[in-house]
Formats: sequence, C-alpha cells, structure tokens
Amino acid sequence: MHFADGAVPEDYLVYVRRKYFWIMGGILLLFFMLIYSISVGAVTIPLLEVLQTLMGQSVSSKWDSIIWNIRLPQALAAIVAGAGLSVAGVVMQSILRNPLGSPFTLGISNAGAFGAAFSIIVLGSGKMQSTVADAVIINNPYLTTMVAFVFCLLATGIILLISRIRGTSPEVMVLAGVALSSLFTAGTMFLQYFSDDTQLAAVVFWTFGDVGRVNWLELEIMTGIVLLAVTFFVANRWNYNAIDAGDETAKSLGVNVERIRSIGMIIAALVSAVIVAFLGVIGFVGLICPHMVRRVIGDDQRYLIPGSILLGGILLLVSDTAARLIVAPYVLPVSVLTAFMGAPTFIYLLLKGYHR
Amino acid sequence: MILSVEELQFLYRNREILHKIAFSIEEGEVVAILGPNGVGKTTLLKCLNRILHPKGGAIHIDGKNLFDLGTIEIARLIGYVPQRVETGRLTAFDAVLLGRRPHIKWDITEKDLRIVDSVFRLLSMEKLRLSYIDEMSGGELQKVAIARSLVQEPKVLLLDEPTSSLDLKNQVEILAIIRQIVLEHRIAAVMTMHDLNQALRYADKFILLKEGRVHAHGGAEVITSEVIEDVYGLPVVIGEVAGMRCVVPGIPKWDCTNKQIKK
Repeated sequence: MHFADGAVPEDYLVYVRRKYFWIMGGILLLFFMLIYSISVGAVTIPLLEVLQTLMGQSVSSKWDSIIWNIRLPQALAAIVAGAGLSVAGVVMQSILRNPLGSPFTLGISNAGAFGAAFSIIVLGSGKMQSTVADAVIINNPYLTTMVAFVFCLLATGIILLISRIRGTSPEVMVLAGVALSSLFTAGTMFLQYFSDDTQLAAVVFWTFGDVGRVNWLELEIMTGIVLLAVTFFVANRWNYNAIDAGDETAKSLGVNVERIRSIGMIIAALVSAVIVAFLGVIGFVGLICPHMVRRVIGDDQRYLIPGSILLGGILLLVSDTAARLIVAPYVLPVSVLTAFMGAPTFIYLLLKGYHR
Repeated sequence: MILSVEELQFLYRNREILHKIAFSIEEGEVVAILGPNGVGKTTLLKCLNRILHPKGGAIHIDGKNLFDLGTIEIARLIGYVPQRVETGRLTAFDAVLLGRRPHIKWDITEKDLRIVDSVFRLLSMEKLRLSYIDEMSGGELQKVAIARSLVQEPKVLLLDEPTSSLDLKNQVEILAIIRQIVLEHRIAAVMTMHDLNQALRYADKFILLKEGRVHAHGGAEVITSEVIEDVYGLPVVIGEVAGMRCVVPGIPKWDCTNKQIKK
C-alpha cells in the first residue's frame, strides 16, 4: 500500500498550533505563579527582588534566607507534587480505561496514611506538645516517611500480584484498589481507636497533606522520580493514545497492552507513593486535573500529558499560596484548598462542556 | 498468495474453538468469513494478526511466517478494524494519525501527516478532518476506523463485522470502498459478516465455519442452499433479483408468526 498524493493540511496545523499556545500559556502562568508565591507570605518580598534573588544576585541576606530556605523549596514542592499526582492520574485513567482513575484509586494514599499511623502509634515516632506554636511534633519524620512509603509499595505490590494471577484487566485493578482502600482505612481506624490523644493528633496532622514539610534533599529525591516518570509517560504517549482507542485496536497497532498497563501502573504508583510519603495525603489533584485539561485541550495524550503536568503544578501552587494567605498567620491544609478551589471550577467546566 | 493459513488451532481454557483451519487468499481479493454467532469468526480474525495467540498451525503473510514477526512488524503488514470503535475527545485527523503508530519512532513526521491526508481524500472525508469523533455518527466513525487501518499501509485488512451497526446506505458505501481499495492497492481484505447478501455482492471468496471447522470454502459457487442450511440450521431459498444472487431465509417449522404456514 502506498499513499503519495497527500499534503499537510493547513487547518490541521492551525489546530495543532492552538494546542501549543495553551501549553505555552500554562508554562507562563506557572512561572508567574512561582514568583508570586515566593513574594507573598508573612513578609512580602517585591516581585523584582524575588527574581533578582533567584537569579543569584543577593538583594539582602534576609531575603536570601527566606527565599532559599523556606519559600522556594515549598513552592517547588507544590509544583513537583501537583505535576506528579496529576500526570500519575492521567496515565491511570488511560491504562485503567476508567475516568475515576487517579493515584488514589489503587488505595495508595490510604496505604500511606495507614503506614504513617502505624509508625506514629505502634513504633512511637510521633507525639504532641501543646505549648509550641506548631502544636504537633512528629519526632521521627524519617521513620514515618519510610513506613508510609513501604505501605504504599505494599499496596502496589498486592495489586500487581492480583493482576499477575487474574490478568491485567482494568476492572480487576480498579476493584482490587477499592478493596485495598477500605482495608487500609479500616486498619487506620483500628489503630486510632487504641491510640492516645497525642498520637491521634499526630496521625490526623500527618494525613493533612502539607507541601512545607520537605527539605531540599527530599525535594531532590521527589523531583528526580517525578522527572523520570514524566519522561517515561511522554515517551509512551502514543501507546496510551492507542489504549484509549480500545485494547484490540492497540494490539493491532503493535502495542503490548499488558506490559504497557503493568509498567505504567508501577511507575504511577511509585510517583504517588513518594509524594504521599513525603507530603501526606493530597487528594483531588490527581483525579480532577486531567479532567480539567481534557475539557480544554481534548483527550489526545500528546497534549493531555504536558497539560496535566502544568495544571497539576499550577493548581497545587495556587492552593498552597492561598492556604498561606487566607487566614494568615495560620496556614490551612493545602488539600482543603485544592478541593475548595478545584471542585467548583471543575463543576463549572462539566456544565460548560468541551472547549471548541 | 498474500495470506495462507494452515492447520490453525485455537484453544480457550483447553476448549478447542478453532480446529485445523486452512485457507489461502490472493491479493486483490475480498474474503467473507461466514457462520452463526459464536462459531469463532471473530476469534479466527483475531488469530490472523495475533491479537489472540493460536495454539498450533502456521500463518504466512506476504511470504513471511507470522509467528517469527514482532508485534510492530505484524502491525505494518496487517490492519485491523474492530467491531466496536471507541470514541474520545479527538479530531478525526488525530484518530487516524494513530494508525501510523507502528511506523512512528519518537514523533510523527511530515510524511505521516501527508499519508493521513491522502487517506482522507481516498475516502472522500476531507470535511471531517477536524470533527471530533465523539460527535460522529456510526457510519462516519466506521470510516475513521477504516482510515486508521489504511494509514498503517497494510498488505492485509481484517474487518470484524464492518457493517453491523450501519444503515443500508452506509453498509453499501463502506463495502464498496473496501472493495475498491483492495482492487486498486492490490491488498486483501478478510471480513466477518452476517449479511449473506452483502457478502455475495462484495466478496470474492467465502469461508463458512461450522463448529470451529471450515465447512465450505471457495468462490460464490460454494454458497448453495444446502451449505447455508447446514451451517445456519435454517432452510433458505437462493434466487436472483436484478441479476444479483440473493439468499432469502425460508420458513422454519417452528416459526408460527408466519400466517402462510398455518394454512
């Protein structure tokens, strides 16, 4: 078969250019939000001075210390976590062929929360001191993070094992995830029932996701894993497009559907596990961001994956900034803000239908 | 010979679904796989491009042993149009572009876009280029799926009931397009079908399956009322309307809705 008489249609190129404009716009917005987020807080730093400090010119040592030690790592953590959760969500939705797919569909966040509760209550890594401003102290955060991470991986492992036995069908994975979620939630409740007030407070505090928790090393680990995952997902964008067209079509196009499905799931789970372990439970972003992007940019993974990465980063960064400003000097849990801001926007987009 | 199948056997949970299937196809031929529901028509079709893995036998396509080829190599030789086409928020152009997947290395090239455009012209669907497939009618969607399989530049096209959900005009249009492309591009098409009259009109060869075996196989001469009754378990009358052979279902004994039989 041979086709030679075709030309590249102009209207299609215009259409593609429009997709790139959206993505460029996202990058600009993200950059602007990053600068703004660093500038506001208990002390306001002028935008220009934020830029200068970031570019290595020291404006004042006070600014240096606030920006490099507190605000920049927190803002970057928000971007990386938002992007990671959102891209994991978009991939899960594709490989599970389910619009409700998200990093948490497979029970990963509940497993992480159980791990943290286990570490705090059983292994005694947390307690509460009422006199300090930040009332809850988790006195061994590394242990808590490690145990949370181990349980996230355990949940992933169980689902992989089930899919090894029953085949990698989306239904089996989703239902196994729902079962695991309930199991770990029940486990957490069981532990909480037998804990004292201080432990209980520490557990509840841990489950409020917070992007201010990470130090530079943790941020580097998280960024490294998210970057690797993003590269892998982008490289597989045509495979996900093929799976979206149906398993049979994908197979007839030479895609090894089972392998793409299980590897994609492991990587998405790993990304979620790292983020949950370091930052706690930040729901909503992984589920809703991909759908918001779909409404604007469509289902083509070539644009959907970068779009979700950007919007995930933007949404979590905006939420974190708002969480610091709304009831300053108190800081609201960022996961509350993501839902408060994201849900109405999402419902509006649902009502409005697709962007044309 | 563009496709040959020998002694093909397929098992599902140790139950034999296909038993020693054998046939061969020349280029320029449209082949219809016929038989009652559940006889293994779709299974046979999916074995031909290894969506399903046959247990035994041999398949040669364009002189190559299919079992020696990788999935990408198979996808460059065989296009497949499934019975149900999934939709999504995609333009028809992007949905068809996906068919270039077996040829794409890292990203699409200008050549891929030109081939897609060429197929849109071939199927006279230039106007649909930027329509979203989730807003399309069944007939348009079927054309998109066929276009997607054509941009794979295959030697053999497999179609699973390409007309099952279409109205009369769309059925004729789709089958005429397949007929024309197969002839002009010297490829071959294998399709499962239920409508015997459409099959008689558009196919060159017929493979009739019964209980997982080839019951009859050959040109239009194998379609006789005896063979059809054997395969479908229903008496039929074969006649001619306007110079075309037609199969009309007879009246089975148990059909008491028909008033004539009561007299």
